[in-house]
Amino acid sequence: MKAAAFDYIRADTVEEACRLLAEGEGEARIIAGGQTLVPLMAMRLARPELLVDINRIASLKGVTADGETLVIGAGTRQADVLADAEVAARAPLLAEALSHVGHEQTRNRGTVGGSLANADPTAEIGLVARTLDAEIVARSSGGERRIPAAAFFESAMVTTLAPEELLIALRLPVWTAPRTGHGFHELGIRHGDFAIAAAAAQLTLDSNGRCIRIHVGVGGASPCPVRLTAVEDALAGSPLDDAAIARATEDISDMLDPESDIHAGAEQRQRTARAMARRAIADARDRAQAGAA
Amino acid sequence: MDDATGYVPREFKYVSHKRRVKEDRRFITGRGRYAADVRLPGMKHVAMVSSPYPCAWIKGVDASAALALPGVHYVLTGEELFAHTNPLLAGVDVPGVKRTPLAYRKARYAGEWVAAVCADSRALAEDAAELVEVEYEPLPFVIDPEESLKPDAPRVHEDHDSNVFFHRKWVWGDVEGDFARAARELSFRARWSRCSTVPIETFVAVADWDAGQEVMQIWASIQMPKYPEQIARALRIPANAVNVHYDIDVGGSYGQKRGIRQTIVAGYLSRRLGCPVRFIEDRLENMSGGDAHGPDRIFDMQVAFDDDGTIRSLRIRATDDCGCYPGRAPLQLGKPVGAIVGPYRIGSAEYEAISVSTNKTSQEAVRGFGQSPTNFAIETAVDKVARALGMDREEIRRRNLIGADEFPWKIPSGSEYDSGDYLAVLDKVKAASNYKVLVARRDALRAEGKLAGIGLSTCLEPSGGNSSFEPLFNPKNDTTTWMESVQIRVDMTGAVTAMINTSSSGQGHQTLVSLVVGEELGRDPDSIRVIHSESLAALPSNSPVGSRMAIMMGGAATGAAKKIRDRVMEIAAHNFQLPVERLVYAGGNVSVDGDPSRTLTWEQIVDTAHRKYHDMPLGAEPGLQSIYTWEVPTGGALPNADGTCQMYPCYSFEAHIPLVSVDPETGRIEILEYYIGHDCGTVISPDIVRGMTFGGIAHGIGAAMYEKFEFDPESGQHLTGSFMDYLMPSAHEVPDVTMVKHFTPSPLTPMGQKGSGESGYLGGPAALASAVNDALEPLGLEITTLPMRVRDMEALLAARTK
Amino acid sequence: MSDHDIALTVNGRRMTSRAEARTTLVDFLRDNLNLTGTHVGCEHGVCGACSVIMDGRPVRSCLIYAVMADGAEITTVEGLEGSDGALSPLQDAFWETHAMQCGYCTPGMLIAATALLARNPDPTEHEIRDAIGGNLCRCTGYVQIVEAVQIAARAMREAG
Repeated sequence: MKAAAFDYIRADTVEEACRLLAEGEGEARIIAGGQTLVPLMAMRLARPELLVDINRIASLKGVTADGETLVIGAGTRQADVLADAEVAARAPLLAEALSHVGHEQTRNRGTVGGSLANADPTAEIGLVARTLDAEIVARSSGGERRIPAAAFFESAMVTTLAPEELLIALRLPVWTAPRTGHGFHELGIRHGDFAIAAAAAQLTLDSNGRCIRIHVGVGGASPCPVRLTAVEDALAGSPLDDAAIARATEDISDMLDPESDIHAGAEQRQRTARAMARRAIADARDRAQAGAA
Repeated sequence: MDDATGYVPREFKYVSHKRRVKEDRRFITGRGRYAADVRLPGMKHVAMVSSPYPCAWIKGVDASAALALPGVHYVLTGEELFAHTNPLLAGVDVPGVKRTPLAYRKARYAGEWVAAVCADSRALAEDAAELVEVEYEPLPFVIDPEESLKPDAPRVHEDHDSNVFFHRKWVWGDVEGDFARAARELSFRARWSRCSTVPIETFVAVADWDAGQEVMQIWASIQMPKYPEQIARALRIPANAVNVHYDIDVGGSYGQKRGIRQTIVAGYLSRRLGCPVRFIEDRLENMSGGDAHGPDRIFDMQVAFDDDGTIRSLRIRATDDCGCYPGRAPLQLGKPVGAIVGPYRIGSAEYEAISVSTNKTSQEAVRGFGQSPTNFAIETAVDKVARALGMDREEIRRRNLIGADEFPWKIPSGSEYDSGDYLAVLDKVKAASNYKVLVARRDALRAEGKLAGIGLSTCLEPSGGNSSFEPLFNPKNDTTTWMESVQIRVDMTGAVTAMINTSSSGQGHQTLVSLVVGEELGRDPDSIRVIHSESLAALPSNSPVGSRMAIMMGGAATGAAKKIRDRVMEIAAHNFQLPVERLVYAGGNVSVDGDPSRTLTWEQIVDTAHRKYHDMPLGAEPGLQSIYTWEVPTGGALPNADGTCQMYPCYSFEAHIPLVSVDPETGRIEILEYYIGHDCGTVISPDIVRGMTFGGIAHGIGAAMYEKFEFDPESGQHLTGSFMDYLMPSAHEVPDVTMVKHFTPSPLTPMGQKGSGESGYLGGPAALASAVNDALEPLGLEITTLPMRVRDMEALLAARTK
Repeated sequence: MSDHDIALTVNGRRMTSRAEARTTLVDFLRDNLNLTGTHVGCEHGVCGACSVIMDGRPVRSCLIYAVMADGAEITTVEGLEGSDGALSPLQDAFWETHAMQCGYCTPGMLIAATALLARNPDPTEHEIRDAIGGNLCRCTGYVQIVEAVQIAARAMREAG
């Protein structure tokens, strides 16, 4: 399990990385944490000609606030995001999701941008991005663009990122309203495994306990993370009792298009996604209520 | 003649006491020395070319592009290797089946090694392996073992008359009569899926042909009986031209590290190329082409029982999917003959054992050698009888377990159980589990709408490795000798060095022997050095298989130490001019009984032995050294015509009680509490026995809930070739375990010890299945197929709610 | 293709060697620097046997190309003993509880647990299991490893 031979260049700036990508004409690949790419290369399922190492580009790292948006540098280690006080306070859904990502040692290397760019259907960070309608910032020699998460994920392991584009940051909207709560549930076979299905929910209650804003997303049960707008619509204005949640999520299988593999069957992923969605919404509701109390 | 056999109760000074394990110091400081750490000047590296087809003729191999790469030295084909080596030995007599390290003319499973590339580095060897062009002609294949038994199934070995490697049915006792007389009977099918122990270290072999000495030097991560002889036979060199360095630390094995094919390839290439050659299986080679797979068994069970819970008779048909080649794997159907009725007073049994080949990776030995699957089937039967009778699972066991006063107990298949107190162990583990509280916790979980269950299994661990399954399964093999040896040398300073004759893969043999020798000689075990021999200097050994080393290496160590003690006493007696009976041995010193002022110290006696022949008894052997080679107790007999035989000498016992919950929506099982009661007679090293047992439980959790080598029936491809797909339990999945000990000494061993190397694993899967079925019972559901993966559990639960 | 001069500070000592870009950190440590205490288990980032501490954090050295680590500070199992050769409290506790059998996963376990105790002197059992949850052991069932970390944590707290 030794990778096929390749060239290696360390980029010191975003501009240099973009230039190298453009010159690589599709044969160059970015390496950041390498937690997905290196195993693929070890099995020779990926064999880039050139690796462009962006680990030392300082501008790609860190969490900053831009008004009501958290900007998380693409090169920020998952462990650093998980430990970040601002993320914990303002984007607790992401923090909770990150605790399900791999293990401490992979989070110490794995980056936010790497997970997004890899676009594994079961990945937690992409699910949160999709659920909260985050934007993904990409740059190439030609300039910078912001891609809504809904338009970023194309299919399993495929994004709309162009080969010469470098992922710069994740822009995560912060919900500031009082009585906002979040929930995240995931079923892995073992702790830290890829999810069979995962669900994320964030919602806001009014002072009467009725839901005035809700986002629900599901991962692992479709080629890309999915936002369940039909569920959201059904629950808007609802007091979110368990029966209402159960009703609203009863038919979510119709909104999902999972694959079967050796770890889980397609129907199992659908049913599990429903269970995870119910639990995530219920957790979000309980937290919103607790916040109100 | 002095004999190690025969337990005499006594107080131990070192044995059974908490002491640090000798081996650990080098491991915690990164100073273990594993085969992959061996580095020799000019060493070349091997990578394998694997078959992409489950069955195909190999029409040709074009290595020209591979050989054109700078740094690539050789591409070895199956054709060439076959011409210059002998095929591997098979455990059963299967005419027309030849097993070779590289596929010869036909590839028979996806992942089978077809050619070996040798290059300056492993990375380069992999580069070249990609360039080797093999022309294949794909052939029909068979993946399902029951399909493979059908007459029109594709033939795995075209020169063998069927896909059956072994098939025999034995009837022990009046099975028909017992079934007729029993009030009730039930039948069911249980499935144990293909899984194994999968050590974290893959198999590694370094071979260096020393042309000057004409010796093949080998460093390998080996756990295999008669390994040097098998290598020599295959390479067509004398056995005394193979020197295996047993001092290599082996990174886990639990039965699996067989490595014959790997070593032959490295050895052949080393001789052919005149340089040292190292083959480190990478994980992909290990999982698909190596020795990674284990028993894969369908049990068709029938039980005859009475209304009071008495189990009268068992019919077991075990169909085992051996995979492609026979090796020792079919014999894993044989060891369970020695405990075919479990720890129960069951009067008769029928056993039909079928080993069938398929186009899958070959099965190899796994911890317990087939006993854990069998225990799972037997325990499932006992639980089912209880359920059928509306009887408590513990109560039915109490009615059928052999009583402490009934030993030695002979089972219908002829093996005699040496000793035990099963009810005492059951009582202890129940007390440890605080059983009433445990039941209350389960019921509270149920009241919250969760599924929760308590499991119970009571299982045997046959130990000692009197491997009568060899002649039982192959009449051409009349082996009845399963010995082990220890040599002790006391140098002229009085320091004691013991030599053992096999490698260790975590069993702590140095600790074992230092404790036993220290105990017998009264010398501090920390002062005793224990070395692993090289095979050319080695005494006979059968390697650490069959949960045998506490018994066999421990017994041999006692024998060798007693010889030293006898010599010391003789020298002292000569110098005191008194009969030995008048002398007392203590801590190496010898005193005249009742007169401690007349004492010869250990140092004085050793000095006499080495330097003062004038003070030695007339004609005595100078120096102070001994060799003891011990035949396995109860060994030495061929099986009877009806298949009855003494399989293993000693029988350890374990009772498991886990509490699990099952998520009714997702099917995920969580182990909440886990208790085990364990009796392996006298414990030599408490830390080691604890560790073995906990580790065995973890393996059992894997087999019961996670681990399965899976093949696609359509394509024949192996789907679980990496750790992304073959899932092993981590510290999150294995709970804290509470262990309680009971000590029923074996009458057959010098210290009363029995084996513990397979403990935990032999009853764990059965107990977890029992717990899950207890959790499912309120829903009227049942599962008798392992592993109980999330997907399997979820499907079961979903089918009900549909 | 590209070869690189790589300098690391390993266990406090600066070490340099030249390697292909495709050489992983674990192979570099073992083959180039002859530090064979760190073990290779799966080479695809699952088993944790190759864990080392890199710039203060435990990582899997099979998932990092050595060239990417150029300039980094690395601690391997060989660097856990004190300068006087004394065992670290964690090593000592591993020995006391026999938290290993074959020893193959042990360096990775020690690395994971060393990193844990460096940032959390009083971990719960759950936190311990979480810290070693990415390291597979096939021998022990983890029970004695968890015990060892608990004993070491206590000893380190008592020693201040």
